[in-house]
Amino acid sequence: MGKYIGAEVLGLAGFLALVLVVFGLTAPNFLTAANFGSVAFQLPELGLLTLAMLMPIISGGFNLAIIYTANMAGLTLAWVLNTHGGVDAGVGAFLIGTVLAVGVGALAGCIMGLVIAYVGAHPILVSLAMMIFLRGLGEFLTKGGDISGFPGFMHPIGHGLVFGIPVPLLIFGAAAVVWHVLLNRTRHGFAARMIGSNIRATAYSGVHTKRTLTLIYTLSGAMCAVAGILMLSRFNSVRVGHGEALLLVTVLACFLGGVDPFGGFGRVLPVVLALVVLQVLSSGLNLLGANQHLSTAVWGLFLIGVMILRYGAGRWKNRKRGSM
Amino acid sequence: MRSFLRAYPAEAKLLAVLILLFTVLSVASDSFLTLVNLSSLLNNNAVNVIWAVGLLVVLIAGGIDISFAVAASVVQYVCVYAFAAMGGGGWMSGFIIAGAIGAGLGLINAFLIQRFRIVSIVVTISTFNVFFGLLMFFSSGRFLYNLPGWWSKRVILWEYKTATGWAEIILPVAVMAVAMLATWALIQRTSTGRQLYAFGDNPEGARRAGINIGLMQAIAFGWCGMMAGIGGLMQANIVKEVVPNALIGRELDVLAAVVLGGARLGGGRGSVLGCFLGVLLVAMTQNGLNLLGVSPYAFKMVVGVIILIAISLSNVDLAAMLAPKRAER
Repeated sequence: MGKYIGAEVLGLAGFLALVLVVFGLTAPNFLTAANFGSVAFQLPELGLLTLAMLMPIISGGFNLAIIYTANMAGLTLAWVLNTHGGVDAGVGAFLIGTVLAVGVGALAGCIMGLVIAYVGAHPILVSLAMMIFLRGLGEFLTKGGDISGFPGFMHPIGHGLVFGIPVPLLIFGAAAVVWHVLLNRTRHGFAARMIGSNIRATAYSGVHTKRTLTLIYTLSGAMCAVAGILMLSRFNSVRVGHGEALLLVTVLACFLGGVDPFGGFGRVLPVVLALVVLQVLSSGLNLLGANQHLSTAVWGLFLIGVMILRYGAGRWKNRKRGSM
Repeated sequence: MRSFLRAYPAEAKLLAVLILLFTVLSVASDSFLTLVNLSSLLNNNAVNVIWAVGLLVVLIAGGIDISFAVAASVVQYVCVYAFAAMGGGGWMSGFIIAGAIGAGLGLINAFLIQRFRIVSIVVTISTFNVFFGLLMFFSSGRFLYNLPGWWSKRVILWEYKTATGWAEIILPVAVMAVAMLATWALIQRTSTGRQLYAFGDNPEGARRAGINIGLMQAIAFGWCGMMAGIGGLMQANIVKEVVPNALIGRELDVLAAVVLGGARLGGGRGSVLGCFLGVLLVAMTQNGLNLLGVSPYAFKMVVGVIILIAISLSNVDLAAMLAPKRAER
């Protein structure tokens, strides 16, 4: 059991406790069910996107196209629903749309993965090009407008409660568990981490690195699609560019969760904790009267602070690591 | 010719693509190859080139900077208030103040990277959030129009009347030329430049060879910040207003152009010429599609595809293909 709780988890749990105590004492209504309820509804959207970012980062790459992949997937579902009656669309249309949406997300990821694996281009660039392409495609299809008008039965996906737990949180929890199992309990996860550490050595060890890389980005794209579907149900509309500001926040959350920027190391649990810390920080500041922008600044300062502390802890343990 | 291909494979290929694109567009559209269009192409992309050469130095030194576009916005905002406090200011003080504030913001990045051994992408994503968050918080997202007269006045350096209108070159283009020349001199003509390449290629090796790596980080990020500030000054000169979130997202477009121009993520490679060509390729593609009557919504999509193709092609070795055939190994 000990290996599930590393220094990162303990450190982040400590931060979380600190944040809870500080805001509990200073912010009115902080320690209330309503506040934690709103945190629980806000977290999953960012959380799913962060999971989509996590797997490529662990493999030493990046996926800058996550937001627009999610948007495109949302758009796909919206298109299917609208062609099947819009508000009156049935559950069948929703299911077909969901499958198609996940397919579109996976396809976008798969193309990136193929280019990264077989052409050998840098993931930052490939995903950047894909991001520009998907943004253009989305704006071309929607002419920059919103698409809305979805059946009522989708409302619970974004806003419902099951046994008092918000449905989005359940979706995020399930996704996080799947990602954890995938990364820690399967061949694929092991290969992904090894690729992040040393891709050439991994290839010489008999791992089909190209296939693994393609799969990594395909899965990342599929996870974006889940985020896109959730965003659609939460806002009851799709707009290309929605969630744009979250792109770098997902990277921030990964780094905060102790993921190595060069790949090879990173786990789901600390990243989830990091997400909770970020969201609680933001809601606490919000209750104190600050706006989202100040939270953004605090998130940045928080990451710098954590990195400085890690540097201190690393020196203390006299561990030597490479630098960029 | 072959030595140019071998030394600058990415630049050579990019140049070939650009010439091809230029020829095709000149034939396909009668308004492409006109002084009016080409000069406005240059005017509209001068700021991107200024930022690109700044980012280039960071990439050569093996780092990455995500925060420079937001830093440029911060510089614009601070400048408005600084000039008001100074009672107006002028171009001279404008360049000094904008460059200095930008360099200062860049040095914050360099300090965090060097002092605490944090990877540059982590630092600059953090400072991106800090700069942007604080800027939006303190400005409340307000636009500023009350720029001093000298700042918002269009400075035309050269103009020429043609049948279709005035062709003109404005101040940002001259600043771009100076920025390119200065960056070229820094990285190609000084020992500091050689040290930057060496440091980017192999940091540990450079350190053991006695290169002051703290100084290298400071020069790279300071230079990038300075260019960000000067680019911000020029951008406000063009649009005549300061909008706090106008430049957000530009960092990724500039990054794509710079790497398209042959700079390598991971350090040790890249040239000023490549930067210029990279920015120009993206700009010319958009311009051409626009002139050909393609929907503006569609051409962003095409730009994405072109970047994807370009980076795929850049992994093909052109010099080897043009070299005389050797005996099969």
